[in-house]
Amino acid sequence: MTKTRKKWIYFSALAGVVALLPLLVKGGYYLLILNIIAINGLVVLGLNLLIGFAGQISLGHAAFFGMGAYFSAIFTAMYNTPPWPTLLGVMIFTAVVAFVLGIPTLRLAGHYLVMATLGFNIILYILMVQMEHWTGGPSGFAGIPPLHLGSLPIQGDLSCYWLLWTFFLLVFFVSLNLVDSRVGRALRAIHENELVANALGINTERYKVVIFAISAAYASLAGSLYAHYLSFISPKTFDIFYSVQIVTMVVVGGIGNLWGGLLGAAVLTALPEILHAMRDYALLLYGLILMGVLVFFPEGLLPGLVKLVGRGRLVNGNEN
Amino acid sequence: MAMKTNGALLKLEEVNKQFDGLLAIADVSLCLYSGEIVSLIGPNGAGKTTILNLISGVYPPTSGEIFLNGESITGLKPYQVAQKRVARTFQSVQIFQDMTVIENVLLGLHHRLRSGFVQGMVHLPAERKEEKRAIDQAGATLEKFGIGHLAYRKANSISLKEQRCLEIARSIVSAPCLLLLDEPASGLNIRETEEMADIIKGLRQQGLTILLVEHDMNLVMSIAHRIFVLHHGLKIAEGSPEEIQRNPEVIRAYLGGTHNI
Amino acid sequence: MIWSQLPQFFVSGLTSGSIYALIALGFGIIHNATGIVNFAQGEFVMIGAMTMISLTQVVGLPVLTAFPLAVLAGMAVGWLMEIGPIRRARSDSILILVMITVGASITMRETAMHIWGKTPRTLASFSGDEPLVLGNAAILPQTLWILGITLVVVVLLGLFFSRTMVGKAMRAVAENRRGAALIGIGVHRMKMLSFVLSGGIGAVAGIIITPITTMSYSAGVMLALKGFAAAILGGYGSMKGAVIGGLLLGAIETFGAGFVSSAYKDAFAFLIFLLVLFIRPTGLFGKEEVKRV
Repeated sequence: MTKTRKKWIYFSALAGVVALLPLLVKGGYYLLILNIIAINGLVVLGLNLLIGFAGQISLGHAAFFGMGAYFSAIFTAMYNTPPWPTLLGVMIFTAVVAFVLGIPTLRLAGHYLVMATLGFNIILYILMVQMEHWTGGPSGFAGIPPLHLGSLPIQGDLSCYWLLWTFFLLVFFVSLNLVDSRVGRALRAIHENELVANALGINTERYKVVIFAISAAYASLAGSLYAHYLSFISPKTFDIFYSVQIVTMVVVGGIGNLWGGLLGAAVLTALPEILHAMRDYALLLYGLILMGVLVFFPEGLLPGLVKLVGRGRLVNGNEN
Repeated sequence: MAMKTNGALLKLEEVNKQFDGLLAIADVSLCLYSGEIVSLIGPNGAGKTTILNLISGVYPPTSGEIFLNGESITGLKPYQVAQKRVARTFQSVQIFQDMTVIENVLLGLHHRLRSGFVQGMVHLPAERKEEKRAIDQAGATLEKFGIGHLAYRKANSISLKEQRCLEIARSIVSAPCLLLLDEPASGLNIRETEEMADIIKGLRQQGLTILLVEHDMNLVMSIAHRIFVLHHGLKIAEGSPEEIQRNPEVIRAYLGGTHNI
Repeated sequence: MIWSQLPQFFVSGLTSGSIYALIALGFGIIHNATGIVNFAQGEFVMIGAMTMISLTQVVGLPVLTAFPLAVLAGMAVGWLMEIGPIRRARSDSILILVMITVGASITMRETAMHIWGKTPRTLASFSGDEPLVLGNAAILPQTLWILGITLVVVVLLGLFFSRTMVGKAMRAVAENRRGAALIGIGVHRMKMLSFVLSGGIGAVAGIIITPITTMSYSAGVMLALKGFAAAILGGYGSMKGAVIGGLLLGAIETFGAGFVSSAYKDAFAFLIFLLVLFIRPTGLFGKEEVKRV
């Protein structure tokens, strides 16, 4: 019971910080970064459920992110479909695609999903570049209409801040609930020992495929929001590099730790901005961070640091 | 319990299992009736655990049929067999080390609970109520095994005996119609083994049907109604404990092996 | 009209198929020894090729000297990867180790970009570019080198695994890691050896294909993906499967590109990969894994 209360306290604190930040942060640039953190945070959230709870890696979340962005863009800008229902429809469609992709790859032991998603990402990227008539090709797709609240368009960094972070908090809360439920318990069991989980009556294949579809739906949602927010998208955003970035955020934050994931998303979204001069070395840096954290803090930076601090306290004898 | 009054609860019909051409189980047929404790014994490598794995669906038999309440369960996946209320434990304790003790028991209740992804995400009142009931039930089961005080400890922090109790608690919390126990006393000392015997006898008094694989002959002889003897994948004898102890073929099988009765 | 091109397709299918086979072998060797899917397999290929380019063009070594040195470079990279991040990882979870290879792959790729630049590099053929005309097919001399060298590598590997003590020990580790350790096989050494071997084989693949396709710092990703698809096609972990899967994938891909469209050539490898997973997940020569409780 105390666990639930703790969850509420932390979550309220987060909501409070989100509500107060716009008062402290002035200037579009910082708001932009905060908004991108919310978007990345959504994708990381989904991927974290997949890696941390189903024990499977996807290197194709950029593809699902891109599906959300491009389908929302194409339908709303070229066919004038209403943005909100389109967003929902695209989310469902992306989930179905992931479901179909997951059926053969998640049924097997081993890491077939990694390659399948990596390949899927590459293929989708080729399509984004090649199908110019629909996607605008390498030069991108401009003129995506904003989302509306009633008849009011949600435009500008501040309005979008509220939109994006509301969505993030909503999905975050829902995910925290999921982890702390019968389904979340089953997923953790699958991650720890799939065979035993199965022997306890858990349909492990189904759970893994469904969580993969859900995580793809999160990415699709983030993609749609991204497209409506910036009104311009180009294939570059949705290449494998983004997939790698997202995986790195999950790993740095702590696999299976949703709070850590948020931290990972925040730090690694802000980092390249801070290290602007590093531009050409950014990806190299990502590779090194990914390796370094995995080698030295396989549980993630946040849990790793918590542990280090705890151990330090034990050594100092302050805690019995 | 829904079952045909005269039929067997569990029935294996001429079951064979080959691994890479090697015959691990050869034409084994056996029957289990409701309320019985039946023990499966035999020297190392006789195929006892293989039989449990075949029943619980870890792998399908190469040929032959397995029936539960007269209905074929041959070739079902482990989770489907579990949903038909056949529970099991493992030779080497298999609990989820990173979870709390009570979470382990709750996993045993998994297939008796209904809340899915959506209910889990929204935490509807019905879902919360179900969860609370499940926690109460899991807690009560832990109390019954005398490990209620450990409920919120991490499962990897408790002793082997407690882990074995936890594993049994997890398997019976869902009120199974058949319980498969794979060497529940292995790794336990003499006193702990006696306690384990009491626990299994307690389960018998609750009317549980048990198929017990065990090495400890004292344990088997003191609690089994009937015994099947396996040797090199063949069933070489069956009968009451007294009959088995007198059976010359059994004695030969054991003397030829490394074990003494 | 198109039928007259069949022999040509056959030749180019065999060429790319040989390369996929070599990469698939690399995947299989590491997987058998460690259980890891090595994402840096494509980078071994790229680094071998790039080293060869530098040795011949910058240092000016003859092909015969540069070749073994470039293979050694591939082996060294594999060795460094194993004794570095893989061995030092404070976790033995396969998931973590696989992700470490993802990190290693990015690191190698980006380092290569800073060393060799972003533009694709070329390498001269080993013995001229005068094609041999055989019926309807024109065969480049380099194609013969590719087929010949692949054959030699496959035969040598076969001998290594069946005749030498070390090779047999590696097979024992693949079969049963605990059991192998119990009879005194140094499992750690075998893991290291598997990375060294894979690095070397990857480098060979890169060196022999570059005169035909050119090589860029990022080419490893696609090559690895296709090698992986080939390994799945043949049955993951099976050596025979890797070779046949590679050749088959090369053939299917070339014929697909020839008969359907070459713009989506890369999509074929992926589609085949998915089809195999749907229809026969264990591949052509894969063994069904028996899980132990």
